[in-house]
Amino acid sequence: MDVISSILFVAGYEGLIFGLVAIGVYITFRVLGFPDLGVDATFPLGGATAAVFIVNGANPFLATLFAFMAGLLAGIITGLLNTKLRISALLSGILMMVGLYSVNLRIMGGANIPLIRSITSFDIFAAFTGLTGMPLSITLAGLTALIIFVALNWFLRTEVGLALRASGDNEKMLRGLGVDTDKNILIGCSLSNGLVALAGALVAQNQGFCDVGMGIGIIVMALAAIIIGEGLFGNPKGITTILLACFVGTFAYRLFITLALRLGLPPGDLKLITSVLVVVALGIPYLRKRLRREWIPPASRM
Amino acid sequence: MNTAAGQNILTLKDIRKVFFAGTVDEVTALNGIDLEVADQDFVTVIGSNGAGKSTLLNIVAGVFPPERGGKVVIKGDDVTRLEEYKHATHVARVWQEPEVGTSRNLTIEENMSLAILRGQPRTIKKAINKKRRDLFREALSQIGLGLEDRLTAQVGTLSGGQRQALSLVMATISKPTILLLDEHIATLDPRTAQTVMDLTEMIVSRDKMSTLMVTHNMEMALKYGKRLVMMHKGRIILDIGENRKKNLKITDLIAAFETAAGEEFTDDNVLLSC
Repeated sequence: MDVISSILFVAGYEGLIFGLVAIGVYITFRVLGFPDLGVDATFPLGGATAAVFIVNGANPFLATLFAFMAGLLAGIITGLLNTKLRISALLSGILMMVGLYSVNLRIMGGANIPLIRSITSFDIFAAFTGLTGMPLSITLAGLTALIIFVALNWFLRTEVGLALRASGDNEKMLRGLGVDTDKNILIGCSLSNGLVALAGALVAQNQGFCDVGMGIGIIVMALAAIIIGEGLFGNPKGITTILLACFVGTFAYRLFITLALRLGLPPGDLKLITSVLVVVALGIPYLRKRLRREWIPPASRM
Repeated sequence: MNTAAGQNILTLKDIRKVFFAGTVDEVTALNGIDLEVADQDFVTVIGSNGAGKSTLLNIVAGVFPPERGGKVVIKGDDVTRLEEYKHATHVARVWQEPEVGTSRNLTIEENMSLAILRGQPRTIKKAINKKRRDLFREALSQIGLGLEDRLTAQVGTLSGGQRQALSLVMATISKPTILLLDEHIATLDPRTAQTVMDLTEMIVSRDKMSTLMVTHNMEMALKYGKRLVMMHKGRIILDIGENRKKNLKITDLIAAFETAAGEEFTDDNVLLSC
């Protein structure tokens, strides 16, 4: 019983925190149709920004806010590469990912910053609520997730948010209706990277250190979570269901991973398993069609 | 909408457009177009493939600018060099494919609320409220397809004809200065095409909308609109006003084409497609 509840706790906490990453990736990949791989570097960017501010004695909540803003800024740059310099979306993200690696090292002044001896958001929240351990992590992660959920659920129903949602589907129509689609890309990329950096900041504080490599493969993890979420909710279209699907998908994915680790899987194999999971999820519909000898359109490169 | 009927709403001056300039593929799509459209006029633009009809609409809609020297003036505003999304204040468009005019993943009311803000700044107020919903219901009930009862249905679940009718309502609900119809019934089956064309006529005459309709179908060009413009190889070769157009027949049009273009009429597509 203890084992089960501890597994559920871990997956619950990670589902909430990494759910933010999944929502961020959902915004670029699905809403904007802009496959932004830069999030692999904005995740540690958030961690690094928060860690440096915290180590230097800033209020940890303020430090987390700055991390969020650093992510917003990084996203704007990715968007600008695409809209102002016409660099393809995929390459814009990759350029940011590579470039930010050096930026992250500069911010941290090394590859790693320990936060064990510093007062983090979790410590303050613990003193305030009296919670410790997993319940503490889950409560703070849940509170953050709830705020983001409510905020996005509102924003994506506003006039600006609605124009954003039509973006990946039909930019031609949007321009025809007087929407500046370049601005849409900037808003979307910025928001997406901001959320990812926020998650990075919280993860670093919770685990007690920030590492420059902590974001590697996070994009694939988020995609896996999105695909699982979409599968569980049957390709949701409504905005509330989509947001929920991101959290639930991440929870299911982390549950699967936690179980695999408990069963003795070496942690080093996790990334391969995640990749294979995404390949299988994306590939199966096509393989099925091929088995039924259905016609399949030529492969696209986007 | 405060200009008097007959006043110019759209002026095109010396519009040229060259694609792939300086390469072996260089093609002059528009070669010196001068056109004035009066307020509340309904102009049909006809021409065979490659005549430059779609390029002309793209210039008016601001998809790309004309070559230097050309000028596009809409209701007194020089919009020649403005970006496409800024043209939307004046220009509304219904495309050939129903998929282009609507957003598949949004609901009918969400699509409509994108459309009523044409040319206005978008704010962080709720996109859909009771007042707007009533407005959408009212606008949709007039096209008689029952869409007013399906406001929360995903647009992707509608048929091509329903989506095109919705595009038409979305294009006209915010009363643009000029409506562009780009072969907007060409991909629909004949019966649906007729329905959408009837709706078009109803809306255009109800709202006294200044309209530019491109078609490659002579019968349609003759049947609808007050004025007929024929294009050929990037030029306007015929411009027939309301009085002459009334009694015009397809044979007259072909004869006029042959005289004006100085060549025999050979495009079966224009003759046979209905």
